Amino acid sequence: MADIELLPHNVPSQSELPELVEELTTLNLGPTHPATHGIFQNILKMDGEKIVSGEQTIGYIHRAFEKIAERRPFYQITTLTDRMNYCSSPINNLGWHMTVEKLLGVEVPKRAQYIRVLMMELARITDHIICNSILGVDTGAFTGFLYVMQKREEVYEIYEEVCGARLTTNMGRLGGMERDLSSTAIRKIKEFIKSFPPVLRELEKLLNRNRIFMDRTINVGPISAERALSYGFTGPNLRAAGVDYDVRVMNPYSSYQDFEFDVPIGQNGDTYDRYMVRNEEMWQSLRIVEQAINNLPEGPYYADAPEYYLPPKNEVYRNMEALIYHFKIVMGEIDAPAGEVYHAVEGGNGELGFYLISDGGRAPYRLHFRRPSFIYYQAYPEMCKGSSLSDAILTMSSLNVIAGELDA
Amino acid sequence: MLTNQEVAEGLLEKFGDQVFDFEEPYGLLTLSTTREEIIPLMEFLRDHKNYQVIFLTDITGVQYPDNTGKEYVVVYHMHSFVHNFRIRIKVALSAADIHIPTATGLFASANWMERETYDFFGILFDGHPNLKRILNIEEMDYFPMRKEYPLEDATREDKIDALFGR
Repeated sequence: MADIELLPHNVPSQSELPELVEELTTLNLGPTHPATHGIFQNILKMDGEKIVSGEQTIGYIHRAFEKIAERRPFYQITTLTDRMNYCSSPINNLGWHMTVEKLLGVEVPKRAQYIRVLMMELARITDHIICNSILGVDTGAFTGFLYVMQKREEVYEIYEEVCGARLTTNMGRLGGMERDLSSTAIRKIKEFIKSFPPVLRELEKLLNRNRIFMDRTINVGPISAERALSYGFTGPNLRAAGVDYDVRVMNPYSSYQDFEFDVPIGQNGDTYDRYMVRNEEMWQSLRIVEQAINNLPEGPYYADAPEYYLPPKNEVYRNMEALIYHFKIVMGEIDAPAGEVYHAVEGGNGELGFYLISDGGRAPYRLHFRRPSFIYYQAYPEMCKGSSLSDAILTMSSLNVIAGELDA
Repeated sequence: MLTNQEVAEGLLEKFGDQVFDFEEPYGLLTLSTTREEIIPLMEFLRDHKNYQVIFLTDITGVQYPDNTGKEYVVVYHMHSFVHNFRIRIKVALSAADIHIPTATGLFASANWMERETYDFFGILFDGHPNLKRILNIEEMDYFPMRKEYPLEDATREDKIDALFGR
């Protein structure tokens, strides 16, 4: 056999190889991306699978609520607050009413306060089940989402009984509630208290100790307590990092001091802890709902403040004073006292604050909403730095950024 | 739990006449300071062990167009989780010189709050790492929350405000 030349002639030598270019990829996550659950854009710099840095662009559904509010009478601003955190609009509505009541110095009767607590806690449950079940969807478990949506529907039916609307509820009035709890509402709430725990337990069973879910969420998007405080985190996201700040406990409003509930906290501030804190908060909310419905005080459901509380319609037809007040309120003849109020409630995502300056007119001189999502969403690039894209999606999902609240 | 009186006395002792206009509307301690003292004041409140105001709740702006020389007010809300008291600090700025130092060095959350205030009122936060519009489009050439921009078209004649008490 003749010698066969084995050296490959067609392979280029090292010097002829094109130089390997290392460059970062820019990835547009959003503005409309199914995984962002809302319209906001993230421009991510990617090194292969890893995120190097990110920058958010927000404001896609900015509707200038603060400007609009300067032309609206106080009672018409609830419709704006509805559209902030639309997953838990009753908290926004009632928080706003409490702010104005603080300005006006109106004392709301105990029964109305309890009904408000009841509705706000139901709203918290709807807020948290969406966040947690969507987190399940984002990790690949779609089923749980559908089951809990059924329960959200039941809460929406309770809203319908209480205020007539479902999503943008416009619930409550200045000085109380627009109507008393009907027997149907009470029956539906009691049914919900009975039927919700098995469903929530099922969701827990599906996710809490699920190997895949734990692997996907533990140590994903962590934030330390110190950084979380610096970034202005509040609500479940802050509590997941281990700080037990809850407006309901620290500055009780609407009779929260009468209720017994625990404030769950996490340890690592990662996605799993945020999930677990929200999960436990639903149990606590259910406890509060139960206490509120069992101890519902008798009495009027609105304050004796005829110049601010829109009178019941049947009185408007029969009663001279009610007709006059109805006309004056609707036509905007009612002036609020001048003053400056900051009132905070524990929203679904954290401290929802209303900073209201009144110059004595019928509309606010200046109204500023402290929106929790807006403030903590700025930490997002820091939280997902170095993680992969799929983990960044989970981090965003567990932060529960609501586009309406983000942009106001 | 600290009372507002104690906090006010402590601040007066430290900052003297640089803190003024103490008020207590609806129980919330409110005071004013100058823009030179705002950052030292916030740092003092945050780091002093008696106060530990570790949380910046909110930054926003207010405009009073008729208040010559003090047309703009930047309002800071802070909260001490340790002692559970809130404090509101105001800094008045004149329209001719609408600068104030940034608080981003103290609180990371101040970043977007200041951008929002800039976006709405055009208040310039000196030293801010990325002071550009946040909610409105970048091409916008006015600051919408200022009172000189009415919400509705002023030339409309079909709506008579006087009839509606406005």
